[in-house]
Amino acid sequence: MEYFIERASSYAADIDLVILVVAILGGFWFFVAQGVLFYFIFKYRRRPGQKAQYITGEKKEEMKWIHIPHNLILICDVVIIVLAIKVWYGVKQDLPPAQETVRIVGQQWSWTFIHPGKDGLIDTEDDIAVVDELRLKKDTLYHYKLESKDVLHSFSVPVFRLKQDAVPGRVITGWFKPTKIGSYDIQCAEMCGIGHGIMGSRLHVESDEDHNRWLEQTSRG
Amino acid sequence: MSSNAAAGHGDHHEVSFWQKYIFSVDHKVIGMQYLFTGMFMALIGGFFVYVFRMQLAFPGQEVLGFGTVSPAQYNALVTNHGTIMIFWVAMPVLIAALGNFLIPLMIGCDDMVFPRLNRLSYQIFLLSALIIIGSLFVPGGGFGGAWTAYPPLSANSQYSLTPLGSILWVVAVALEFVAFLIGGINFVTTTMNSRAPGMKMFDIPMIVWMIVIASILFMASVGPLIAGAVMLLFDQTMAIGFFDPAKGGDPVLWQHLFWFFGHPEVYVVLLPAMGIVAEVMCTFARKKLFGYKTVIYTALGTAILSFFVWAHHQFVSGIDPRMANIFTVTTLLISIPVAEMLFVYIATLYGGSIQFSTAMLFALAFLVEFLIGGVTGIFLGSSAADIYFHDTYFVLAHFHYTFVPIAIISVFAALYYWFPKMFGRMMNETWGKIHFWGTVIPFNFIFIPLFILGTSGQHRRIYSYENFPDLATPDMQRLRVIATTSLIVMLVFQVPFLINFFYSMFKGKKAGNNPWNSNTLEWVAPSPPPHGNFAEMPEVYRGPYEYSVPGRESDYWPQNEKP
Repeated sequence: MEYFIERASSYAADIDLVILVVAILGGFWFFVAQGVLFYFIFKYRRRPGQKAQYITGEKKEEMKWIHIPHNLILICDVVIIVLAIKVWYGVKQDLPPAQETVRIVGQQWSWTFIHPGKDGLIDTEDDIAVVDELRLKKDTLYHYKLESKDVLHSFSVPVFRLKQDAVPGRVITGWFKPTKIGSYDIQCAEMCGIGHGIMGSRLHVESDEDHNRWLEQTSRG
Repeated sequence: MSSNAAAGHGDHHEVSFWQKYIFSVDHKVIGMQYLFTGMFMALIGGFFVYVFRMQLAFPGQEVLGFGTVSPAQYNALVTNHGTIMIFWVAMPVLIAALGNFLIPLMIGCDDMVFPRLNRLSYQIFLLSALIIIGSLFVPGGGFGGAWTAYPPLSANSQYSLTPLGSILWVVAVALEFVAFLIGGINFVTTTMNSRAPGMKMFDIPMIVWMIVIASILFMASVGPLIAGAVMLLFDQTMAIGFFDPAKGGDPVLWQHLFWFFGHPEVYVVLLPAMGIVAEVMCTFARKKLFGYKTVIYTALGTAILSFFVWAHHQFVSGIDPRMANIFTVTTLLISIPVAEMLFVYIATLYGGSIQFSTAMLFALAFLVEFLIGGVTGIFLGSSAADIYFHDTYFVLAHFHYTFVPIAIISVFAALYYWFPKMFGRMMNETWGKIHFWGTVIPFNFIFIPLFILGTSGQHRRIYSYENFPDLATPDMQRLRVIATTSLIVMLVFQVPFLINFFYSMFKGKKAGNNPWNSNTLEWVAPSPPPHGNFAEMPEVYRGPYEYSVPGRESDYWPQNEKP
């Protein structure tokens, strides 16, 4: 997965592991099935004087060719289910204690990010609201409080492997922990009207010093 | 009942063109009406995809035959491409056209049990098609809120900016559902009541079974969405607020209503496609279907399970995260009956004598390509992986790898296979094979690049990726151009098909009753079958797939041949 896109959150590697396991198990069955299919197509092509066999597929020894792969696939499914649920639990169900909290508000067609000011708390006077730019400290565990003012939006950060729809009338809480310094795309992944295609923001993950310098500058400004 | 009706058909009288082709109650004519309407709508849907793929490959440039594409137009094109291809192409062709044409012929009766309801079904369908086309030309433009039409965007013109377009869209979709409800009743009732004497439940050809199961599945799942469509219409026109949180409603409710229908719908179109492939494969491999009953049971299993998977479309939509666990389990379990069905089909080829006719090539391509669609679905059914893949091009490529085999590849198999019966003439095989390779190869070159783009984080329904620095790289743009170029190649290769189709209809080689030496009853009737279908109503003595039976001279054994 890292070949396609960077990882920048604490759980990105877990999600990539699920993808890898599905790719290996699914890929195995895919190549087995395609291999057998192409082999049959080649082997049993029409040749003069050769009649097809009469097989009902309803006898026990014939059915085993369906039942054995059937049971093996069931086992693979169970492996995938267990792993997927385990990772899902960590990303979406579990809510580890926050070090800081940001408020994210979607509207047609921009994101507004309300960062905590120097006191480290939101919903206080020194909050810093920025349109289309989110600044986070590396290795800090954030809670996000996601809202929408009008239609459905979806807060999507590919490098975090995170996506969550914003629903008007609700505040949805989740978490992330950035692990890599850099600037990345934030998308809106839910169709939200004619400006959906311009509803992009930038995420800046920075060191504590850089973040504090930005806080200083912004509060002074 | 069918013998009475057959006697009624005996007194032939001249009918006007108008009565014969426009207001006909004959199941074959209605089937053809659905087929040609579906093909016409496919051309519209194909034109839309050409326009918006050009915009994605060459953003902002003028598109030949359309002009520059505005964001509002782009959204309307994407939305209506999806809507039209599913509701006005896949459904009418796979269920209504084939169901109407084939069911009475394959079960050996003279017509549907409710011929007038059948006519009404097509008329409502035609009306719905006219409304969806008209919705693109009203002030404000066509609806652009994606084919899933999530409120509040779809419910409130202040957000969608398409006051008339969104209303007409909902009305058209709701009418289309009504048309298929009526049609579905007909398919199920006819198959249960009008089978030829001697045809037991397990002597029914697979495609008929599949259309019947699909119709039941459709009728059982569409109710909530029709209710949802009416609620949405109330929200749009009277601001009632079913989906408006400010008035105590909930936007996510729509998603439940939509996907409770929307996911079974996938199997509503998949099952008839599997039926087509079964018929074509058995005929051209000269083989009995491997495990006939297994196929029926897996189809029923898939149909029942499909009612319990809908929320996998909503993992990140704000539902309770605990719910995702249940739906991950059900979604992955549905892979089992579907995989089993595919194994059965592969096993059917074992020991066969495979003739690579154009119809057979399309049927085999269905298996090859649908496997890709099936396997990539596992990524999306696994909740954790779906957090990343949701609403990316990976999803888009995945479901095109299911829907293109279903609605395009299997339909071509059906057309090449049943064309002689429909029109009494043969299609040209050489041009058929050119069409085959020209369709299947570019198809893969469209969607494999889109898998890569989706895996790299490209999200859906975006007019231009220039606003997203991580997605605006030259490498990714190159993949978009490859996809668009392949699409154009694929579209161009449909021209030989259309010429072959219409030319053969009038000038093709005469077909005879049974050009493929096939067993099922439709091949007993003359080609094309007259009003009333059979000169003498057939009786059935055996199952539909008795090919290459040991001890028999010929390698097929028609269902109606006396033992």
